[in-house]
Amino acid sequence: MPASVELKNFEASKKMKGVMGQYFMELMDPDRPPAKVAWCTSVGPAELLRALGFEVYFPENHGAMLGATRMATDLIPVANARGFSPDICSYLTSDIGSYLKGESPFNKMKLPGPPKADVLVFNTNQCRDVKDWFQFYAREWDVPCIGVHTPRAIGDVDDVIVTAVAKQIEALVEPLEKISGNKLDMDKLKEVTKLSLKCTELWKAVLETAANVPSPITFFDGTIQMGPAVVLRGTKMAIDYYETLLAELKQRIADGVGAVDDEKYRIYWEGMPVWGKIKNLAIQFMELQTAVVASTYCNSWIFDDLDPDKPFEGMARAYSELFICRSDEPKEAYMKRMIEKFKIDGILYHNAKTCPNNSNSRYDMPQRLGAETGKPFVIIDGDLNDLRLYSEEQTRTNIEAFVEQLSQG
Amino acid sequence: MQYYCGIDIGASTAKLVVIDAAGEMVARAIGRSGIDYAKTAEQLLADVSAAESFDRSLIARSLSTGYGRDNVPWADGKMTEIACHGRGAYFHFKKRMTVIDIGAQDSKVIHLDDTGRRISFKMNRKCAAGTGSFIEEIAHRLALDVSELNALAAGSTKDISLGSFCTVFAATEVLEKIRAGIDVTDIVRGAFNSVVKRIVEMDRIEGMLVTTGGVVAHNPLLAELLGHAFGTEAHVAPNAQYTGAFGAALFAAEQAGKTNK
Repeated sequence: MPASVELKNFEASKKMKGVMGQYFMELMDPDRPPAKVAWCTSVGPAELLRALGFEVYFPENHGAMLGATRMATDLIPVANARGFSPDICSYLTSDIGSYLKGESPFNKMKLPGPPKADVLVFNTNQCRDVKDWFQFYAREWDVPCIGVHTPRAIGDVDDVIVTAVAKQIEALVEPLEKISGNKLDMDKLKEVTKLSLKCTELWKAVLETAANVPSPITFFDGTIQMGPAVVLRGTKMAIDYYETLLAELKQRIADGVGAVDDEKYRIYWEGMPVWGKIKNLAIQFMELQTAVVASTYCNSWIFDDLDPDKPFEGMARAYSELFICRSDEPKEAYMKRMIEKFKIDGILYHNAKTCPNNSNSRYDMPQRLGAETGKPFVIIDGDLNDLRLYSEEQTRTNIEAFVEQLSQG
Repeated sequence: MQYYCGIDIGASTAKLVVIDAAGEMVARAIGRSGIDYAKTAEQLLADVSAAESFDRSLIARSLSTGYGRDNVPWADGKMTEIACHGRGAYFHFKKRMTVIDIGAQDSKVIHLDDTGRRISFKMNRKCAAGTGSFIEEIAHRLALDVSELNALAAGSTKDISLGSFCTVFAATEVLEKIRAGIDVTDIVRGAFNSVVKRIVEMDRIEGMLVTTGGVVAHNPLLAELLGHAFGTEAHVAPNAQYTGAFGAALFAAEQAGKTNK
């Protein structure tokens, strides 16, 4: 075991700070040119919103920032006291706590905080909580909250589902045109969708470099690097960024540089990150010479089915193909492909207490998949943002014991 | 003669075991883990050295385990308590087994195949239910010493149930039972049954059932109840409280290339 380890930063990250900083500045600068702001769930119809000229803000990104900075620890209780249970999505409770208390990580960037929405646009493909979250702000600001109700636990994403979801997205056009004051230009929508597709292709290529042994990137890197794919898809900035990052990753591969020195084992991370512990976990895995090379979470922003020629149908298919809104059968088939592709030795399931929809250890999947693939697994109990639900010591021991188990061969 | 040392610094107690090349336990010591693990480890080693007229320089390799495994300056290596309890239990039975370790702060279910290779494991959630801490809390509520519990539970004539998941709520249930005039022996047995239920919920049993840890060492009835609940005989590992430290010593011996299974 290495005596001490140091996380390997990417050169591209310096550029990302600029890219993300510019995005936040344009959204929150009090002197910015007037434009309507739409809040959008992270896998909501962002392409449509951009095509209509909205500034698009993704509050889940803020949720992750609240978790990563551990501000969530102080803010979740504020939302709990207001009436939002500690058992529901801790992005929601962190963000609403942040709003109620008037504190945000953006303040440290000398920005006033999340922009007030002119409209809130959700997609329930992830969970019901995103809608409840947006409805809180709709009541606070007396603004419309509209969206798409995607079916959940989908088996095959068939034409019936795609048509129904596409019609819902199309039905958003009229109210959004009124709010934005702009008529939808189909050519513009096609152009944004094309940029979004290009972004997603690059993000996929970035993540797939991890199939290399040793992997030039880990899941923990991915949770940071995914920022532009979430908040800037549909823009040229995101494409430029991932072209830079991909080149750096390819160089690492050419140079034989792994994200983890002397990589011995390769793990798949199923479930949400533990945002407040990203660095600790990254270091622990590095010390154990184990690379977490693939995850469901980072892959959630790969939208292969976006289609510039049929933007509504493409969005509907892409946003219904998501892992999170599928039934266990396609989820397991997907994970088997990932295990094969990324040469996985074992699977870690994060059972995030406040995120039942993105915790897949609860319906016997680890046992089934373990029996079918022969790959061992470990389940850690924790949460995305609420560290009251996380035991540092138990997690540390579980991970260490799991790698010990992998070392038995 | 060369010796191998294992030290298990748990949430509540620290255990140290010295074995010879044949895996025979030649010395052992136990103490509170305290707040300075390095000091505790040193003290335990000094204790066995003094008591056994044992020259610590004859220890060829040492391995630490337990919560304090990173805090033993003289250890040559470390392994998790999952590995060490499995290894220590397997040494005695050498069969496919499920090891259940009930510690002060966590419970573990460890599946081993017939060669002792670990198949899988599971730790309890971030919760005291199903652990030694729960037993301690109930003893406290009943103003009893933990050493009295096994005999009291053995004298119980009827099963009562404590249904709560939460230790605090279970303790409140105990207060209700006291108010209702239920005999203390039945309440203690109810507390034992509660621990058993929490463990039965954790995982399945495959192969023989072997229990380890201080809780079953001091309360063999609890192991018996666990066996009843799983529908199999529950074996208590010899020197069950020392199993983790013993396993660590066995690993130390293996690593030193001196193993003699």
